[in-house]
Amino acid sequence: MQYDRDKHAAMDEAGRRQARKLDLENGRIDMSHGAGGRAMADLVDLLFRRAFDNPLLNRGDDQALFDVSAGRMVMTTDSFVVSPLFFPGGNIGSLAVHGTVNDLAMGGAVPRYLTAGFILEEGFPLADLARIVDAMAEAAQQAGVSIVTGDTKVVERGKGDGIFINTAGVGVVPEAVDLGADRARPGDKVIVSGTIGDHGVAIMSLRKGLRFATELCSDSASLNHLVAAMVAENGPALRLMRDPTRGGVAATLNEVAHQSGVGIRLQESALPIREEVRGACELLGLDPLNVANEGKLIAIAAPEAAEALVAAMRGTPCGENAAIVGEVLEDELRLVRMATAIGGERVVDWLHGEQLPRIC
Amino acid sequence: MKYVDEFRDGARARALGQAIAEAAATDREYRLMEFCGGHTHAVFRYGVPDLLPANVELIHGPGCPVCVLPIGRLDMAVRLVTDNPEVILCSYGDMLRVPGSKGLSLLKAKANGADVRMVYSVSDALELARAHPEREVVFFGIGFETTTPPTALGILQAEAEGLRNFSVFCNHVLTPAAMNAILAVGEDEVPVEVDGFIGPAHVSVVIGSDAYRFCASHHQKPVVIAGFEPLDVLQSILMLIEQLNEGRAGIENQYTRAVTPVGNQRAQAIMQQVFERRPSFEWRGLGEIPESALGISDAFARFDAERRFNMRYQYARGTKSCDCPAILRGVKKPTDCKLFATSCTPDNPLGSCMVSDEGACAAYYTYGRFRQQAEDAQRQQREQRGAVRQG
Repeated sequence: MQYDRDKHAAMDEAGRRQARKLDLENGRIDMSHGAGGRAMADLVDLLFRRAFDNPLLNRGDDQALFDVSAGRMVMTTDSFVVSPLFFPGGNIGSLAVHGTVNDLAMGGAVPRYLTAGFILEEGFPLADLARIVDAMAEAAQQAGVSIVTGDTKVVERGKGDGIFINTAGVGVVPEAVDLGADRARPGDKVIVSGTIGDHGVAIMSLRKGLRFATELCSDSASLNHLVAAMVAENGPALRLMRDPTRGGVAATLNEVAHQSGVGIRLQESALPIREEVRGACELLGLDPLNVANEGKLIAIAAPEAAEALVAAMRGTPCGENAAIVGEVLEDELRLVRMATAIGGERVVDWLHGEQLPRIC
Repeated sequence: MKYVDEFRDGARARALGQAIAEAAATDREYRLMEFCGGHTHAVFRYGVPDLLPANVELIHGPGCPVCVLPIGRLDMAVRLVTDNPEVILCSYGDMLRVPGSKGLSLLKAKANGADVRMVYSVSDALELARAHPEREVVFFGIGFETTTPPTALGILQAEAEGLRNFSVFCNHVLTPAAMNAILAVGEDEVPVEVDGFIGPAHVSVVIGSDAYRFCASHHQKPVVIAGFEPLDVLQSILMLIEQLNEGRAGIENQYTRAVTPVGNQRAQAIMQQVFERRPSFEWRGLGEIPESALGISDAFARFDAERRFNMRYQYARGTKSCDCPAILRGVKKPTDCKLFATSCTPDNPLGSCMVSDEGACAAYYTYGRFRQQAEDAQRQQREQRGAVRQG
């Protein structure tokens, strides 16, 4: 596909001339921004297209057109309704890119293209929207993916919560990789890519009624480069990968145990958990194993390859604290258990009910 | 975490486990009740039973406020917020999922349109009252002596500010009265075989260790007040075994870093100022216990939701064949209940003990159910092997 530089430059220039039409400092979303008329076209041109800037999007068609490679592809979608919208370490925009990139990466795939759907509430500040869109663009650039098509809808005041974002994505799976939630086998090792619970605790620290001072940042990040390093180290040794978002490590491991028909035994003393997270969980009566992460993965890998995989992970930006935290066992009951630090044993269960509203 | 990790140290825990095994006489059983739900939770969360010899058994007591609240009292709250649209009912999160009569919980009442809010403290409720002068804000006060002083402070604060739209539905209960009731069973009841108590941690910070003297003097049962960390629990078990071996029944304090003999006298004074003992109060599982709960005193009557809204208590039966009452008295274990882990789970609790983190059934289910399941699986395998051989 030919990328028309001149056309793009002219468009960019025209956009700049029209920029005053969109008051990004004090303006607010109104119903016309979703009505399909000139105001909506301006919003798309001046905000979304400028930020996401890539040839597939810039064609301006109703769909993105791209070639497909031979082999296997993965596809996923996720909606983001997080509150608060801005938090230490990111915002709903970066989260919306990281979340979908990670869902693709957990299939061992190289993420390629994302879509972005916005549901905006009447009255939402354009300055906030610009910050969110910029964060999406930056996150996409870091992950090496393009946001190639999108959609904008505006709902009346009171019928949304500022902004909801949906992203969908496609990626390409390398040949040597064959992952599946049913592939864990007794003897396999459980690897976690870093400290757990950071995102959930960072969000909770901002919640009304809970507010506590912490310098902790969300771990929200794209994991595809980490996954690429793992695949390069030993792709065939990887049984499955999951990112433990809502429900935390506990929910993810219980899903794996159920789908693979195995038990899992964790070592409490091996779990990487930041002091701040432990302290906050202690205070709030939460278990870090139930708290959400947005930039961590759990991998189940063949035992003989686990050490080398962890070493490879530690050499990448999102994997410095990677560790082997447990192993897969034969267990008809499909329970996740944990050897406690004092030498006892307990079940690590799914979260019952709701820990806190809307974490991701 | 400083001052926490020290009390979760694996090597020290194993050493204490060893000391307990050496101290425990092999020719007898030690049945020790941890009164507090906080202890029940800690015991299972850290896997304390794995460090104990088979003849040292922990019995889970009724010290879980949500678990002991009778269904009739919960029904009162549901009726209050359903029948009075001006009411905002503020409750701790635990209480929301407890099933009342006809399975109607506060959460379901909320889904049906009632204004129920989850709060983290009485201050949140006061905040709501200030923000909504046109509404009636009612705080669902519940808990033992630990949560009682904050409720009292909330009422004093409301009075000082002249808040006219704030009141408390008071369900605060008293620990010593419940311990006494467990030991002094009526003639027609199954007696609880308890050799000694692991005494409450936070409750004792408020009421002091002297408050348990009656256990030793009237019932000849030793009490060791213990902190909520696993090493606290293990050490208190060792102290109880030593007392029992020596034939002593004293009140000892393992939790010296927080508990004094007389407790927090300032907290006691404000409780006395705002509340008065009810002549009698119904406890789930323990029945009517005289002088076991607090109501709001006449001087603060306008902050009493029961008087303000003319709330009436009506006895309500629990789920048929739910063993919560016997479990709360320590007579049965959660796994003895037919409903446990079958129709009653934390996602769909039929009895109150399955709701709160501190409830014995929830703790068993969440952290310890593999013990029972593993035993069942082993038994089944044995039976199958036996059947094959016979075949």
